[in-house]
Amino acid sequence: MEAGSLTEVRGGRSILERPSRWRRVDPMVRIALTGLAALILLLIAFFFVRLFVEAKPAFDRFGYAGFIFDNNWDVSKSIYGAWALVVGTVITSAIALVIGVPVAVAAALYLTELSPRRLRAPLTVTLELLAAVPSVVYGLWGIIVLAPNLRGAEQWFTDTFAFLPFVGGTVSIPNYFVAGLVLAIMIIPIVSAISREVMATVPPHDKEGALALGATRWEMIRMAVLPYSRAGITGAAMLGLGRAIGETIAVTILIGNSPSIGATVFSQGYTLAAVIANEFGEAASDPIHRAALIAAGLVLFVLTLIVNGIARVFVNRASRGERAAVPQGMAG
Amino acid sequence: MSASVLPAVDGRRRAKDKLARGVLLGLTVLALVPLVLIIYYLLAKGLGAWSKTFFTSDPTGRFLGDPGGIRSAIFGTIEMVALASVIAIPFGIGVALYLVEYGKKTRFANVVRYFVDVMTGVPSVVFGLFVYIVLVVSQIGGTFAAWKGAVALALLMLPVVTRSAEVVLTLVPDSLREGALALGAPRWRVITRIVLPTALPGLITGSLLAIARAAGETAPLLFSVAFVFGLQFDLSQRMNSLPLQIFNDVGQAQDRLVERAWGAALTLVLLVLLLTLLARLVQRRSRLA
Amino acid sequence: MTPDRSTTDERRPPMSDTTRPTGRPAASPAPRGRAPETPAAATGRTVALRGLNAYYGSNHAVRGVDLLYAANQVTAMIGPSGCGKSTLVRCINRMHEELPGARAEGGVHLDDIDLYGPQVDVVAVRRAIGMVFQKPNPFPTMSIFDNVAAGVRLSGTRGVDIKERVETSLRGAGLWEEVKDRLGERGGGLSGGQQQRLCIARTIAVEPEVILMDEPCSALDPIATLKIEELIDDLKQRYTIVIVTHNMQQAARVADTTAFMLTGEMVEHGPTEKIFSTPNDTRTEEYITGKFG
Repeated sequence: MEAGSLTEVRGGRSILERPSRWRRVDPMVRIALTGLAALILLLIAFFFVRLFVEAKPAFDRFGYAGFIFDNNWDVSKSIYGAWALVVGTVITSAIALVIGVPVAVAAALYLTELSPRRLRAPLTVTLELLAAVPSVVYGLWGIIVLAPNLRGAEQWFTDTFAFLPFVGGTVSIPNYFVAGLVLAIMIIPIVSAISREVMATVPPHDKEGALALGATRWEMIRMAVLPYSRAGITGAAMLGLGRAIGETIAVTILIGNSPSIGATVFSQGYTLAAVIANEFGEAASDPIHRAALIAAGLVLFVLTLIVNGIARVFVNRASRGERAAVPQGMAG
Repeated sequence: MSASVLPAVDGRRRAKDKLARGVLLGLTVLALVPLVLIIYYLLAKGLGAWSKTFFTSDPTGRFLGDPGGIRSAIFGTIEMVALASVIAIPFGIGVALYLVEYGKKTRFANVVRYFVDVMTGVPSVVFGLFVYIVLVVSQIGGTFAAWKGAVALALLMLPVVTRSAEVVLTLVPDSLREGALALGAPRWRVITRIVLPTALPGLITGSLLAIARAAGETAPLLFSVAFVFGLQFDLSQRMNSLPLQIFNDVGQAQDRLVERAWGAALTLVLLVLLLTLLARLVQRRSRLA
Repeated sequence: MTPDRSTTDERRPPMSDTTRPTGRPAASPAPRGRAPETPAAATGRTVALRGLNAYYGSNHAVRGVDLLYAANQVTAMIGPSGCGKSTLVRCINRMHEELPGARAEGGVHLDDIDLYGPQVDVVAVRRAIGMVFQKPNPFPTMSIFDNVAAGVRLSGTRGVDIKERVETSLRGAGLWEEVKDRLGERGGGLSGGQQQRLCIARTIAVEPEVILMDEPCSALDPIATLKIEELIDDLKQRYTIVIVTHNMQQAARVADTTAFMLTGEMVEHGPTEKIFSTPNDTRTEEYITGKFG
């Protein structure tokens, strides 16, 4: 073994000091990778700035408050007040949350606490398949299969409960409700997946403690699982909300694209995302129309930023294992 | 068994328990019903549209008469998604490598992480808008072009790839890196010979899932690629794609076009499912998962 | 038992036009047990620490340590958890500075080369000073053969007959007979003790001068531990060995010299027999007799 060679002195410097051929590669790799990371930051900043710059003409003409809160989107007259779009976005997302979150949380609870072990994996995989379906296919199925078949039920509901606000008149096939319903289906996988993750981290100690006290399974869930998972579930719901707000294609197909606030929950409407998808073709030549659409995109972007930011706070809080509340007593 | 040690579970509590369990099970089934329905209709209506000519002819763009098949859409999707992957996957893995190997917990790295997180929440239509503003309006290389659509898809894939790659790279135990460094390996060799090969299955899984996601997206393509019927492979021109083709056909309210839309939808779903399944297979065989 | 200094060049001031004898005379087979004090031809190198300080951020983990590791001897580093012995050892092969916020100051000299000199290539230092870790860490994607060859390949050494080097290293680690028929299998399929010997083979495959061992047996069963201790006895004929251990019986078994550290300071060091029977410092005595730690 020629082991002496590494520290051999030759011509004044030991081999330990002789720069190796590859010595420059390390700093280069480091710089290259750091550059990529910096590039992402620049990209996003550039993103935001460009969007804003292009949207500015619309904000200049109508004012920020005017653009967002005026309910008058009239392409022919070049007036762009996006309130109907904002309302439509809010309504469809709200419907998606109201329907989707309970179902998703229920499924998460069932899968983590109640289902037989053998079924757990196949059911989970099946649920996640819902996420693999592209949104345009949801739109296709929604408008061809779901919407026409629901019409009867929707009309019956309208006739029976006409005294309720936002219910009445004739039901149209593409409407807020159907759009919201499909959105609900689309957000179930993500809300359920995150809820499941959070529920899986409930300390077995707490659950066993409740059961040892003689609690029924449901009581154990109410006492040990739900309070612990509250923050995480809220975060999951907010992430679902963010997804629902930004969904474009399925909603475009299912909402009817009428730029006014529909009178009932079964009327046609419009959302921020849908208006962009629909009107972009014709807006190419009209600068103020284009600016208005980009402004709608900016509002959409900011909305999702806020919602996702809030979601992140909740999910972080949950992953740090903070208890949301002390479990309640076993009052019947 | 002493009856006085624990109060017996009375009828009311037992009934509540049964009710709650029933409701939870019911809602779970409810969650799965749409999936079953979608699969059923996809097969029922989509298979009917499938035929040899369906896959070997292009859409004709005619309202009456033969609407044609979806060949150009299939090729277009493959080509654009491939280009998007070539851009996004190395970029994303590179950023993840920076975050895990060099940046770690520095301020800069945390800022990058935050921004990547933000990027995952951006609606896909906004990416399309961005590409429209930056590349289409400015008329760089013509107006609408397939490569611009690929760029929009790449922007969509980038945060997804970065996030999943970061998770996987973090899972590589530090003891391996230490061992390699202690043998006298320069850091870049530790990355290429030790870290990346160990993380490879997870990186592949994450990439495949990102590709599956990109294949199904419509909105980013709407204003960057626009629409065209004929088959052509030139990335600097407009190109067809499956999601755009479906979107177009749905809006036409013509029976034969809707039928074609179902056939295309079935094709697209199968493509996405295939990629997802492949990803899960790789994941199951991984040593780190 | 004073450390053998007569034939090392440690005292000679570094002169740029001095050439050192290259190569080593073949090591004479030494009997098992402690190495004799006869001034045999030095086949290893000395490592001298001079005023070594190490920090984790603002935490001063190693405080002004001076120590000489004699050539071809085993020196044990003992002390309670957190005393800085692992940190100190990691300063020798410059692994300490890989941690974010960590730095080292002072002199670490391999013979008369300052390893922290401005021109010194860190990567080359690690080739000269090998390290075996507490938990065996064979590379999971590589076969046994590739694991042993990994050091040679990773450090980019040219002109080496890999097959020969692998066999020599595996023999040197006492593992050849057990794995020679399954060199293509994954390293992870071996037992804990075998994995650690695999890591030792990997370390000696790059032909270092010094081998550092950070609690190499703490994750192993007693039989595997015994095998490794026998191996250390064999290895010291060719290398200078530093072993960190929290097991005092182990230090007494394998080490020629022992150094005791406490909260970052070098309390006492000397021949193992002396440290364990009549230590100079009361703190040493308290630790040895189990009053703390």
